[in-house]
Amino acid sequence: MKKVLQTVDINKHFRKPVDFHVLKNISFEVKKGEFASIMGKSGSGKSTLLYILSTMDTDYEGKLYLNEELVTGKPHQELSRLRNKHIGFVFQFHYLLSEFSVLENVMLPARKLAARSDAEIEHDAMEKLEMLNIAKLANKRASRISGGEKQRVAIARALINNPSILMGDEPTGNLDSYNAENVFQIFKRLKEEQGLSLLVVTHDHDFAERTDRIIEMEDGRISGNLTDSAR
Amino acid sequence: MTNWKVILGIAKTHLLTKMKSTVTASLGVTFGIGAYITLVSFMTGLNKMLDDLILNQTPHIHLYNEIEPSEKQPVALYEEMQDAVNVVRSIKPKQSQLKIHNALPILNHLRNNPDVKGASPQLRAQIFYISGSIELGGNLTGIDIMEEVRLSSFDDYLIAGSAEALENTDNGILLGAGLAETMSLDIGDRVQISTIKGDIFPLKIVGIYQSGIADIDNIQSYANLKTVQRIEGEAENFITDINIKLHDLEKAAAMSKILEKQFGIKATDIKEANAQFETGSNIRNTITYAVSITLLIVAGFGIYNILNMLIYEKMKDIAILKATGFSGKDVQLIFMSQALIIGVIGGFLGLIIGFLFSRLIDQVPFETEALPTITTFPVNYQPGYYLIGISFALISTFIAGYLPSNRARKVDPVQIIRGT
Ligand SMILES: Nc1ncnc2c1ncn2[C@@H]1O[C@H](COP(=O)(O)OP(=O)(O)OP(=O)(O)O)[C@@H](O)[C@H]1O
Ligand SMILES: [Mg+2]
Repeated sequence: MKKVLQTVDINKHFRKPVDFHVLKNISFEVKKGEFASIMGKSGSGKSTLLYILSTMDTDYEGKLYLNEELVTGKPHQELSRLRNKHIGFVFQFHYLLSEFSVLENVMLPARKLAARSDAEIEHDAMEKLEMLNIAKLANKRASRISGGEKQRVAIARALINNPSILMGDEPTGNLDSYNAENVFQIFKRLKEEQGLSLLVVTHDHDFAERTDRIIEMEDGRISGNLTDSAR
Repeated sequence: MTNWKVILGIAKTHLLTKMKSTVTASLGVTFGIGAYITLVSFMTGLNKMLDDLILNQTPHIHLYNEIEPSEKQPVALYEEMQDAVNVVRSIKPKQSQLKIHNALPILNHLRNNPDVKGASPQLRAQIFYISGSIELGGNLTGIDIMEEVRLSSFDDYLIAGSAEALENTDNGILLGAGLAETMSLDIGDRVQISTIKGDIFPLKIVGIYQSGIADIDNIQSYANLKTVQRIEGEAENFITDINIKLHDLEKAAAMSKILEKQFGIKATDIKEANAQFETGSNIRNTITYAVSITLLIVAGFGIYNILNMLIYEKMKDIAILKATGFSGKDVQLIFMSQALIIGVIGGFLGLIIGFLFSRLIDQVPFETEALPTITTFPVNYQPGYYLIGISFALISTFIAGYLPSNRARKVDPVQIIRGT
């Protein structure tokens, strides 16, 4: 099966204030259509790893492959393009551009990609919003909707360019159990209906248990890599 | 490939949602450019008027005979004394006359020279104005009046009467304004003048002349060249001065040297006569530019500050844009376009404000003795200044926008998203 994401011996150091070896020999892969979760104690390096995987952080040793293509060492301009086209990212805090409408927020990455006409983008964006049950918010300002709604807008934005993989850093961390469950169901549906690959950092055991695979992290190392069947 | 539509769309939204800062920054530019245009239009207008004042009144080259001692005393020609040190005491000016020798051929020669715009003959005579029992000393200059009007805007200095009236009146006189006042005379009256030799002539006042300089207006009058020649009892070729106007002022110095050699006559050019004239304009121009540039720099700092603040407030947005695939260059362009939009809007408003203020100044009454024809402040509407103004606005906003936007380009999204 095709590998959407693969890392080979990734190491990272924080050099300030003192040298700190935060990630140690991280090697793993995410297959196409797989829904993987990362768990681990606070400070074990989950977010740090996710930033590297998202190509935003380039200060590491080792190799990162996206769609079986080496991305390590590519110039920033090229990484921006890859991120735009292939990676959807959902943050723990629902980061939206507060001065833009919900619809504009969702459309922005696609406008940047400029692969479709504005009308098509708007149509696709409305489709994503409908799928997430927030179509009625489309013309509201992003700063004037609830946290749970913002999280779903962020997911819609992450999906607008039909990425190869959706990454989330505690995407349900800020949500009540009802909304958290809602987001989980959305992810699950995306995987099942559209064959999307997902990699989600979470502290929520129930959430992780229901994913295909749990990657356990401890002190910057992968300490367990269990598929559903092995659990 | 840069996606301008998206970048400008984001820039526009930022500007519109931060209306207050946008307006403040634009007004800074507007103020700077408006003040520059107003100042430069007014100052150069004034400069040009003052320059014209001097340039009109002063011939580019003035030919005359100077009474002076011979450069070579006769003893220098004596061969036997060649190696000796000769001391000559009590040197007197050499015997010569005020009249320019061969004046008419010289005039003809000059008028055929393509560099010469015109040459006008003058005859200066010392006379007395007779007012009852009082005799006032003064000058009467014989001129070719229509030529003076053409070459030195002579009619600008007539506060009453006209140049044509003198042209048509054989024994007419343009009386100095101070003289007219002293003797309580006006147009249409007659004034008696007496030559040094004692001959008395009545002349009819056809105009009042005012240069604005009291010392001149109290003694100087003008009449037709022929009239003065007749009064002095001289022939038609008796001319004491020739004033030359050139097409190109810069050629005056070189040409005056040539004329001096060619005709054995004294020639002074305008630069020699008014050495301080250019210094004055230069200093005024320097002050104008110093003040304008200061205003623009202040406006530039305003933009710099506001953009810096904006970028600080927008750190989170910058991180989001970068995380969703906008490159550092895209982000920089977003903020650069904001700066330039502010520059363009503020700059054009500034041009309009500057123009309106110039119009206003243009209406303000300004009366000066020196320039009887000018009634309002002079303003220079040269389009070049408007071009400089808008370029200044764009360049200063570009620089003011470049530094902060460059910072935005380098923002590390991971740091912002981590919240450090
Ligand atoms: N900029 C930095 N400089 C130095 N050390 C850092 C920096 N950022 C993070 N760290 C350290 O790196 C380690 C891993 O941080 P990271 O944010 O990846 O943890 P995490 O697993 O995501 O934790 P959490 O579950 O609390 O989010 C932590 O010990 C943290 O203190
Ligand atoms: Mg974390």
